[in-house]
Amino acid sequence: MSEVPEERRIALVDLLDRVLAGGVVIVGDVVLSVADVDMVRISLRTLISSVRAIAEDQGIEQQGIEQQGIEGP
Amino acid sequence: MTADHGVWVYAVTGADLPDEAVSDVTGVAREAVRAVSAAGLTAVVGTVPLGEFGEEALRSNLENLEWLETVARTHDAVVSAVVRWAPAIPLRLATVYLDDARVCDVLEARRADFDAALTLVAGRTEWGVKAYADVDAIAAGAVETAGSGAEKGTGTAYLLRRKAQLSAREDAERAAADRADTLHALLLQHSAAGRRQPPTDPTLSGRRDRMVLNGTYLVDDARSDEFAEAVAAARTQFDGLELELTGPWPPYSFAGVDRGNP
Repeated sequence: MSEVPEERRIALVDLLDRVLAGGVVIVGDVVLSVADVDMVRISLRTLISSVRAIAEDQGIEQQGIEQQGIEGP
Repeated sequence: MTADHGVWVYAVTGADLPDEAVSDVTGVAREAVRAVSAAGLTAVVGTVPLGEFGEEALRSNLENLEWLETVARTHDAVVSAVVRWAPAIPLRLATVYLDDARVCDVLEARRADFDAALTLVAGRTEWGVKAYADVDAIAAGAVETAGSGAEKGTGTAYLLRRKAQLSAREDAERAAADRADTLHALLLQHSAAGRRQPPTDPTLSGRRDRMVLNGTYLVDDARSDEFAEAVAAARTQFDGLELELTGPWPPYSFAGVDRGNP
């Protein structure tokens, strides 16, 4: 189980790279003023800070992320 | 549609989407996924509460990694289910409209763009190739050779070694970048389209060696074996680069949007 989080984290990075930076961009009605690049930055910041937290606090945080339930396709 | 709900769009396809294509997946709000059609196109959508997916909520939810991961994986699962059925254009995460009529407006207004994008991705699949170079190791190899000429322990030997260290690192970086350029050009020969993305933040890759290529390629399905073989061959051909192949992906990076430099 200890190897899973790293793999999942990397797969998540690849996925976020695509769903946040890729895909066709059409302005929705619910306009995010943080759209496009800003949204990517916010999310990456979220991811980076959580990865740093994991590195500093191996174990507890890691389980928290790993056990959150939804599996990839 | 009530005012407290919106319509989340997953993907757009040119085909009629039978219920069975998306009956196994639920959407980001665990909602049933359904089709909205107009102008010969079908948008795959779900009704979501604005309390969780409205602008204000999205802004804070996007900062929550657990929420983001769940939503990203679910969005991708729906998009993947559609792509397995027919060529489709993924929408960027968090594209939300107020009602189905607005989705129809967009399908009509952007019909030509969607048609062009669908033509590009039909019969093709996206694959990712990342290349990492251990620049320090390459440079260290060069320095050992350079320092061995002068006698050990002398000031001259130290200075020579130091100078060699600095230039070896520059050389190693340049060599790694050149190899990445060559690799990208090679992979383009086996694909219908390709682009280089900015390298992933090293914190996220969890690797000490440097990402010198973050490429993504749209490959004809008939040539996917050939592409995989080209990557396999490159693993031995490109000395000092470590390659990572990811996919198959829905065509997120080839959705027909001009996103600046390729």
